[in-house]
Amino acid sequence: MLAYIVRRLLYAIPILVGVNLLTFTLFFVVNTPDDMARMQLGIKRVTPEAIDKWKAERGYDKPLLFNGAADGGAKLTRTIFFEKSVRLFVLDFGRADDGRDIGHEIKTRMGPSLAIAVPVFVLGLFVTVSFALMLAFFRATYLDFWGVVACVAMMSISSLFYIIGGQYLVSKVWHLVPISGYAGGLDAARFLLLPVIISVVAGIGSSTRWYRTIFLEEIGKDYVRTARAKGLSEQAVLFRHVLRNAMIPILTGVVVVIPLLFMGSLLVESFFGIPGLGSYTIDAINAQDFAVVRSMVFIGSVLYIAGLLLTDLSYTLVDPRVRLQ
Amino acid sequence: MMPVLLWTDLLVFLLIACGIGAGAYVSRREYLLASWRRVGESRAGMASLTLLLAFVAVGLLDSLHYRPRLEAANGQPAGGYGSEVRSALDALLLPLKTRTEKTYSAPLATHLYAKETVELADGSQARVFPRLKHGGAHLEDAEAEWSRDVVLRILRGLALAVLAGPTFAALAVLAAARRWGMNWQAAWRRIRRGESRFAWDAVLLTLAALLLLVGPAISLAGGYHVFGTDKVGQDVLYLTLKSIRTGLVIGTITTLAMLPFAVALGIAAGYLGGWVDDLIQYLYTTLNSIPGVLLIAASVLMVQVLIDTHPAWFATAAQRADARLLALCLILGVTSWTGLCRLLRAETLKLRELEYVQAAQAFGASAARIMGRHVLPNVMHIVLIAVVMDFSGLVLAEAVLSYIGIGVDPSTISFGTMINTARLELAREPVVWWSLLAAFVFMFVLVLAANLFSDTVRDAFDPRVAGRRSASSAQEPAA
Repeated sequence: MLAYIVRRLLYAIPILVGVNLLTFTLFFVVNTPDDMARMQLGIKRVTPEAIDKWKAERGYDKPLLFNGAADGGAKLTRTIFFEKSVRLFVLDFGRADDGRDIGHEIKTRMGPSLAIAVPVFVLGLFVTVSFALMLAFFRATYLDFWGVVACVAMMSISSLFYIIGGQYLVSKVWHLVPISGYAGGLDAARFLLLPVIISVVAGIGSSTRWYRTIFLEEIGKDYVRTARAKGLSEQAVLFRHVLRNAMIPILTGVVVVIPLLFMGSLLVESFFGIPGLGSYTIDAINAQDFAVVRSMVFIGSVLYIAGLLLTDLSYTLVDPRVRLQ
Repeated sequence: MMPVLLWTDLLVFLLIACGIGAGAYVSRREYLLASWRRVGESRAGMASLTLLLAFVAVGLLDSLHYRPRLEAANGQPAGGYGSEVRSALDALLLPLKTRTEKTYSAPLATHLYAKETVELADGSQARVFPRLKHGGAHLEDAEAEWSRDVVLRILRGLALAVLAGPTFAALAVLAAARRWGMNWQAAWRRIRRGESRFAWDAVLLTLAALLLLVGPAISLAGGYHVFGTDKVGQDVLYLTLKSIRTGLVIGTITTLAMLPFAVALGIAAGYLGGWVDDLIQYLYTTLNSIPGVLLIAASVLMVQVLIDTHPAWFATAAQRADARLLALCLILGVTSWTGLCRLLRAETLKLRELEYVQAAQAFGASAARIMGRHVLPNVMHIVLIAVVMDFSGLVLAEAVLSYIGIGVDPSTISFGTMINTARLELAREPVVWWSLLAAFVFMFVLVLAANLFSDTVRDAFDPRVAGRRSASSAQEPAA
């Protein structure tokens, strides 16, 4: 088991190197630092001195891959590639365009992101699995049919509509909760209630339909017929046998996103003014702060790879047939 | 006028050519036709296809671009072409496009939405809601005549629809009658009772509902702004119709851009195995491990820098916006091919162990020939299902990306840009709701139709569902 984990972690290294090369190419080769400086300072009427100053402030004034002017090992280390990309591996993110330390920002913003993402994840999973079980229990009835119709309709609605509509109705018309904002401690609940509910509702359509398909596939299997033949009630069949076996395919999609919960949700956080990592990313995109976007891409891939590993480990917990080696 | 072929237009026409080619291919093969017939038998599928075709018609009209000839003005002779690029849809909707108001006005309003200080005839000033320049301008006394005029126009529009409806119905019935080899009364009876195999009744009902909505809309649009106007006074109906093309282009061109990669790499990885497989798996795991939005954000930001630092590449603003739209499609394609690639690899792994592939190998067929002639046709159902299932997700994604600021060019009219400019208006007092609602409703109808149609296609082509279907039909006689 331990050997397996170590090997998987080693596999992750080439993937992270690939991610790094890709972002390096995107941010420094497709567009040279000169292009970015000109873009940030305004295309017209920009002096070469201003560009040089902009590059020096951000450490972009070095060669891309090989610095011939430096001595010894510094030939490789005093380059943009080493300072901007390789350092990501030790989680040294450098500074954002406004001079703040990105690593520190990420640490402080993780809390609010988790405060909204974790309840959405837990509540959403509970609600959608319950709905899907209900539809599977009443399969081939009018309830099932109209339930599926409602799911298709709900997944055809833009997530922006849920957010804008919910915010307008609950906060502006009914004045139940504040429109946006955030506070620390227990006060946060007031601000988090609406975004959590909206995110859960927005996810119901597609997840319920997907889980229903999984349950129905499971219900058609032989062991279910055996369970019924033993004289078990439909409830016992559904909850004790089908639900537990359906957890295996459900886990595939669910566990992989758990680490990504740290990243928060771009849309919800920016609409509700929650100072998490999602709104941080959006602000960085709008301000064209490439250092922040690059850091988020790297963290995102690290978390995704962690999610894949967690998925495989979770199989051994729920499915005794799986042996990792 | 001078025709203009934007890059996305070219790809749209290429896509249509592919579609026609595929249609010709399918029509000569009975086993493929059988699956498509199952699609035709589905009422929900055919109703949604009718809606989708209506959207596609609007989008196609909007893809025929040209630069209008400049008229003689200010002593200069006529000739030369304006820098503005128009489409056939713009030409059709020219009244809607040009009749702009000063700022917001509600749907079917005759007065502006905000009070303004105007000078009265006697020289004094007053704060009133001014009359619109175009909306309801034909009315002498707006308050008294408005309701009568609107009702009359709606009735006229309904009459138009009632006249146009039977024409379509007659065409459908005659076509069906010829095909079935019966007279038109019998064909009509069969369609009306829902006894035909092809779901003619669903098509005709959807068409009727569509006409009943379009008729009054056309007749009202002659004198009013049916969906109101936005902040700068543009007609919202015009904006929504223009958004359709952007949504369709993103939904289809993206898939077109990603298909060659996904199919070629997926099949190659599955069939060749070895280091090719390792390399391709590494490639898609790496791409997949970057959260999609972030990869799109990074790429779009870079394309934006590229476009902004090279203004000389583009002759007109429309071409620049089009380049950004195309870039967005390509980027979305690059980030979304991994799922299909993995599916194809898994399926190819299964297929290459089958006897007919081994037989081909024994005959000495080359790997390329086996992949092209023997594997590819047998994984096409997966490709088709993926294409139709992706469409609705891409249309929805466009709106979200445009909100984040990494979507289409702000000057491109799309559902995303409409929502983005309209969302702040909900904070106004009184609320400006119409442009937001119009964008959401049109997007909902488009995505819902796409979802229903893709479900039908999946049910007809997915062998697992087909297996269930034959099992249930085998059980029926026994039950």
